[in-house]
Amino acid sequence: MGENKKMIQFTKWEIITLIGAIILPFIFDFSPYIQGLLIFIMLWVILGSSWNLLAGFTGQVSFGHAAYFGVGAYTAGLLYFHFKISPWWGLLLGGFVAVIFGYLLGIIVFRLRGPYFALGTLATGEILRLVFGEEEWLTNGHNGILYMTTWVSKYPYYFVGLALAAASVISIKIIMRTKAGFYFLSIREDEDAAAALGINTKKYKNISMAVSTFWAGIAGAFYMIYMGFIDPEVVFSLHNISILSILVGIIGGVGTVWGPAVGAVTMVFVQELFRSALFGLAPQWFSGLHALIFGVLVIVVILFMPGGIMGDWELIAKRFRKSTRAESEA
Amino acid sequence: MEIFMQSLVSGLLIGGLYAIIGIGMTLIMGVLKIINLAHGQIMMVGMYITWTLWYFLGIDPYLSIIITVPIVFYLGDGISRFLLHPLIEKDSILPENQVLMTVGIGMVLVELARFIFTSDYRSVQTSYNAKSVYIAGISLNYPLIIAFFAAIVLTGGMFFVLMKTDLGRSIRATAQDSDAATLMGISSKRITILTYSIGSALVATAGIFLLPIYYLYPDFGPAFTVKAFVITILGGLGSTVGAIAGGIVLGIAETFGATYISMGYRDAVGLVIFLLVLVFLPGGLKRFTKI
Amino acid sequence: MSILTLDNLTKNFGGLMAVDHVSLSVKEGEIFGLIGPNGSGKTTIFNLINQFYTVTEGRIYFQGTDITHKKTFEIARIGVGRTFQKVKPLKRLTVEDNVMAAAFNREATFAGARKAARDVLKFCHLDDVAMMKAGSLPIGGRKRLEIAKALATRPKIILLDETAAGLNPGELDEAIGIIKDIRGKLGITVLIVEHIMKVIMTLSDRIHAIAHGATITEGTPEEVAKNPAVIESYLGSDYNAEEFSNAEN
Repeated sequence: MGENKKMIQFTKWEIITLIGAIILPFIFDFSPYIQGLLIFIMLWVILGSSWNLLAGFTGQVSFGHAAYFGVGAYTAGLLYFHFKISPWWGLLLGGFVAVIFGYLLGIIVFRLRGPYFALGTLATGEILRLVFGEEEWLTNGHNGILYMTTWVSKYPYYFVGLALAAASVISIKIIMRTKAGFYFLSIREDEDAAAALGINTKKYKNISMAVSTFWAGIAGAFYMIYMGFIDPEVVFSLHNISILSILVGIIGGVGTVWGPAVGAVTMVFVQELFRSALFGLAPQWFSGLHALIFGVLVIVVILFMPGGIMGDWELIAKRFRKSTRAESEA
Repeated sequence: MEIFMQSLVSGLLIGGLYAIIGIGMTLIMGVLKIINLAHGQIMMVGMYITWTLWYFLGIDPYLSIIITVPIVFYLGDGISRFLLHPLIEKDSILPENQVLMTVGIGMVLVELARFIFTSDYRSVQTSYNAKSVYIAGISLNYPLIIAFFAAIVLTGGMFFVLMKTDLGRSIRATAQDSDAATLMGISSKRITILTYSIGSALVATAGIFLLPIYYLYPDFGPAFTVKAFVITILGGLGSTVGAIAGGIVLGIAETFGATYISMGYRDAVGLVIFLLVLVFLPGGLKRFTKI
Repeated sequence: MSILTLDNLTKNFGGLMAVDHVSLSVKEGEIFGLIGPNGSGKTTIFNLINQFYTVTEGRIYFQGTDITHKKTFEIARIGVGRTFQKVKPLKRLTVEDNVMAAAFNREATFAGARKAARDVLKFCHLDDVAMMKAGSLPIGGRKRLEIAKALATRPKIILLDETAAGLNPGELDEAIGIIKDIRGKLGITVLIVEHIMKVIMTLSDRIHAIAHGATITEGTPEEVAKNPAVIESYLGSDYNAEEFSNAEN
């Protein structure tokens, strides 16, 4: 470890990744379909990072992140629906409204620990889904909210998504080098021991929650702006939002800064690989397997790489090196 | 008044069904100390097996218990033996990795069902499906009545097994303190695997009783997973009597919620009660029933 | 001048008197020993002081202020550090990061916390394992890490809960040296719970003996070792008088 005084330093790979993501659309001529996938990757990077800060770094395993994603999406959507204000204003506001919801729900769920916290967050997410579906006067209920998207081309959305994704990852990288970051980790490792070290665990859990919900809300608002349509079953979905953000984190690496980004790429790539029936090389029925294969991947990762791709990177690299060495020796 | 009575009775009957789903979960949560987020999905698997037996071989759903339940028992055995138990020794950042594993398992089961059976709605048609009896102006659906009595028999049976047999004592000992149980010569590995299998078999049984009442499709499970842990928390971990109490409370609360608040808030009622119990009544109804 | 005072401290666990009207007063700058057989309530007293348990009755004063109902983290913030008998390392963090997390109690910046942590690590002879994961430290190191974490919060008084248990003779001497230096070089008051008589008898200025949650006696090591009630209470458990006489030499 060097004597770096600077609070944050980027590695060679981080800079290459970022530059690569920026110039990618200029090198390849992607179809709108692929462009859409890239935007979804960005969305999952934000959402996965959001979940990872609270769960992976602070140890509070949320099963209800759809609540904050949904609130963010509806903040942008309802501004437009009721007041004809551009949802782009909602992009920022969505983050802050999600923070308020996070704080209020935190009053309930932070009384719970471990699996009970997981269940409590799951319940709050589900309750919000039902409320937003039912209170038509406010949310237009199950009819959802429709908005004519700003741009026809997808590239502008890609760059907005990339900027937000990069900001979310970098913000977490910075936080984890501060006092708050150390406190989050201490709370994750042992909440009682953390309190005995003078850490106000309640306050720091709330701080972690605030940053986490802020990004989840931003992700939701961005989803609204990009898709131009939301309804409660989509944005508050237990499976498609709450659980998938967990899986993105697990596959990429719980408690690592870059884990969710790696997880997001892996998830979208694996699903697309099978959805396209191995890019058309395999029989058509293969495409029906995409979600199944992803589920199997989750099981395999939990069983054999509990640290995820980033967390067990050294392990993977070592095994890979060993096998290549064995091959070359043979 | 009639509406009130009708809601109360249907809530009670549905609650019986919920209880069978809950017993399996309460056992698993009590012994394994995990939330089984694949619970409803395992039930869904049992229902598809039953449906297949009925559709292709014409076997009556209730009769298929003797085939479906053993199959799902061994499915549970395999899941806990090869996927959940190995995680105990694995060091992972989040202690909840077994719970996360059940999420993955649930997902695989759903997608497997979708792959084999497609997303179409399935149902069984039997002679008693739609039959009801009317007592004092209240209609009682046959399959619901059967399910309710099955719930009582199953709960009674499980209660007996847990209280009076060696196996039951081992399960309760492991639930209370697995280290101490190990010292007493109980193999905690065997008991946790067995408990998960029994829990799976129980929820499969519940599925069989649900089949004549509901349409079946691959995503049928998750909603019942949520109900199962609501019941478990309501009733208190590891409590069979609590499960039946929790099941009935949930059943009645839901029907009243649907009747008097709105249909859409039916599911929210249970969740709100659940949160209140989690926060204000840790231990659930077990605090009153003590067993 | 008294730094920590327990006034009729009592803890009742549903009818069981774990701590029964214990009063004691630790003076600034002293090493104060707390002894008693297994299960006599020593760790419970620590858990009451830093509010892991709520006090049933009685008061706790720190430098004259009542801290009976403060929160755990506030206790640490005002200057009461503690170690745990069952060590609580932040397992997946490095040893240095463990101590840094504690050092942030007084330091606001990353660089400041790291410097403070490194000083403490050196003091506790942990500097050469600073980059190891705390979870992979051997027991001797973990015990010293407990002390290091408590010291890094820059306490005015440190509560040491059996930091010498399970150590080999070499490590034991090392630990004794460190504890001496905590008072001698850092000027921090020490309240120590210990089973190993050699440690407590050589280090303590005064000793307070309890059994079944209640006070038996208090005095200098010599006085306490000769007290018949103390000897009796130890004879009743897994200790014998020989240990006392050996320790006196």
